[in-house]
Amino acid sequence: MNSEHEPRIVAFLCKWCSSAGSDMAGVSRLEYPPNVIPITVMCSGSVSPLYILSAFNLGADGVLVSGCHPGDCHYIKGNMYARRRMALLKELLPYIGLEPERFQMSWVSAAEGLKFTQIIKEFVEQLKPLGPQTQLRRYL
Amino acid sequence: MRKKIGVFVCHCGINIAGTVDVKRVAHELSEFPGVSYAVDYVYMCSDPGQNLIIETIRDKKLDGVVVACCSPNLHESTFRRAAQSAGLNAFECEIANIREQCSWVHKEKEKATDKAIKITRGIVEKLRWNEPLQPIKVPVTKRALIIGGGIAGIQAALDLANSDIEVVLVERNPSIGGHMIQLSETFPTLDCSQCILTPKMVEVSKHPKIKLYTYSEVQEVSGYVGNFQVKILKKPRYVDPDKCTLCDECTQICPVVVPNEFDLGLTGRKAIYIPFPQAIPATYTLDIEACPGILPIACGKCWDVCEPHAINFDMKPEVVEEKVGTIVVATGYDLYDKKYMAEYGYGKYPDVLDGLQFERLLSASGPTRGKILRPSDHKEPKEIVFIQCAGSRDPELHNKYCSKICCMYTAKHAKLYKHHVPDGQAYVFYIDIRAGGKGYEEFVTRTMEDEGVLYLRGKVSKVFEENGKLVVWGVDTLAGQDIEIRADMVVLAMAIRPSSGAEKLAKILKAAQDTDGFFAEAHPKLRPVESLTAGIFLAGVAQAPKDIPDTVAQAGGAAIKVMSILSQPELLHSPLVAQVNEPLCTGCGMCIEVCPFTALTLKEGKAEVNEVLCEGCGTCAATCLRSAIEVRNLTHLQVHDMLSVCLGGLK
Repeated sequence: MNSEHEPRIVAFLCKWCSSAGSDMAGVSRLEYPPNVIPITVMCSGSVSPLYILSAFNLGADGVLVSGCHPGDCHYIKGNMYARRRMALLKELLPYIGLEPERFQMSWVSAAEGLKFTQIIKEFVEQLKPLGPQTQLRRYL
Repeated sequence: MRKKIGVFVCHCGINIAGTVDVKRVAHELSEFPGVSYAVDYVYMCSDPGQNLIIETIRDKKLDGVVVACCSPNLHESTFRRAAQSAGLNAFECEIANIREQCSWVHKEKEKATDKAIKITRGIVEKLRWNEPLQPIKVPVTKRALIIGGGIAGIQAALDLANSDIEVVLVERNPSIGGHMIQLSETFPTLDCSQCILTPKMVEVSKHPKIKLYTYSEVQEVSGYVGNFQVKILKKPRYVDPDKCTLCDECTQICPVVVPNEFDLGLTGRKAIYIPFPQAIPATYTLDIEACPGILPIACGKCWDVCEPHAINFDMKPEVVEEKVGTIVVATGYDLYDKKYMAEYGYGKYPDVLDGLQFERLLSASGPTRGKILRPSDHKEPKEIVFIQCAGSRDPELHNKYCSKICCMYTAKHAKLYKHHVPDGQAYVFYIDIRAGGKGYEEFVTRTMEDEGVLYLRGKVSKVFEENGKLVVWGVDTLAGQDIEIRADMVVLAMAIRPSSGAEKLAKILKAAQDTDGFFAEAHPKLRPVESLTAGIFLAGVAQAPKDIPDTVAQAGGAAIKVMSILSQPELLHSPLVAQVNEPLCTGCGMCIEVCPFTALTLKEGKAEVNEVLCEGCGTCAATCLRSAIEVRNLTHLQVHDMLSVCLGGLK
């Protein structure tokens, strides 16, 4: 049953690197699973932990945050803040009963279309055995 | 009142329609709350497509438009212009990317269509809360600051000044000219470097539009594109250039001798000196660290002999302020430090030289008046070894990058050596020959074939002294054998490093450096002379190793970029900036600390945004514990609503 489950993923992509990188995947026609809905933000540093928890709350099975490589941030150091913030959040997830694998952070540059597709493929494969995320999901 | 939103779904021929059922997307969106009209069309970006949008906005009295099409990087501006021509605010038009992020990367039509619907719904949700905004207008100071007075800075300064732009040129050394003035002849035409540079230097000094600060450093920069305030530290020269008659009496009587930087230590200079005869400004400088002092009991000999009383020991460091609209960084390079090249005996043996020292030996104005002589015993070297890539292309031990100019200048050195010492033998150790440039390959070939210089493909492992000879142990990888050469002189083509002050300056300017310490360009191909900080441009080796023609071209490019800013009556800045919800703000200051652009300040206990400095990255928004600061048109509420519909939630 679980292996049949198609995880629903939200990806927060920074406008300058990762969103452009996913565009590059498109331009190169590199296929990846359609489970992921991209949301373009200005910088990975603008992704509040609140967004990630909201996403889980609203039923996401996995959340990805992707920014420019450390040192390459369009906004000088926004991704550095993101890195610390997200590392802390990942540490905290088990305490609220959530598998930390459901949340991922990655660095994808505007040229790394292939890397983006690999990250999505791996993330989907990683989420499938976990089944639907129910711990934080709001039942309505 | 809810906005009336129209959704326009593009087929992009079969690029989107091939994998996404565009009819279904349009149909489902037309039933989505808040959407009053949805339609699909084969090419939205075509003129009929744009007209469809414009007419529908008017006919249906739409308040906002979502175009589901290709990446916003491509046609966002097209559709925003169309929306504007129908009377909407540009920010009432948003793009849902269903091509690059959907149709092109999926094959199953059903799933791709579902995803396209979710993406488009998310953007509709975002647009619902978008505010209409106008670009922020900023006045422009029509002056430019150029940091660095080498060939890059000189060229940029002249190009700008000749376009009637006022230029402030700052150079930290006593004279402008940079490294180019130290060179003997330049590849591939063997022009005399000083002869082609000094006319430009004179032009700089005489130009009414150029304000020259030599022996000065940029200390502090505040402000933003169009309006920078710059503090410049003028170091005291202790010589009044207006009174100095260049009689040279002071230098002759000065008893202190220190190594001469201009000749890279191959000669000495006095504590009071002129760096080189054509120095601009043409005046002496007193090196206060070498000078014992002007008190009669200490020394004061120069003061005694100076008839026009140009020497003034009471000069103090002075800080001047200048207002400029843009900044060009042209800080050039230093050679890789000799302490890292112990295996080649650099710094240990006097006859192991670096490329710039060899330039001085070749120079007609150099320490040997253009004769190639060993610094140790002043004899002509009959066997000379040139080692390329000394410190370059060596990721394990030194610098990983190619210093770009060394193949060419080594070929030049070897050629000039043969002109000076026809019976001598020159050897060049190289990894690869990189001679990409007009006339470069031919130049290297001539050096190999006409001059009989022996090129050996391989690296040198060690250089050591034995019986007055420099023994070079290397390998010839093409012949597959070890090589031992007993040479009289060794010249290292040392790697190029960013100028020693680059890191400090990058912090002052808040301009990013790449991993090697060079200033980072905004885009490696399309924006090579712009830094990542608005209003700051790059020229010459400050950005990456390059030769004189490339540097001059880039300096010209930087000048035209400066012009494109300074020629505008006012600048437009994106209004997508942070805004503070004052009742929620407690004045904790966390946002101020994280802001990469120092755009936030605390005013009367509340955070305040400088909308011109703010780039809208949103780092502050993610930091604030109370959501009291948010970026316009991408608020927490908007993200929450987008998530909600993207995840197939309740709405």
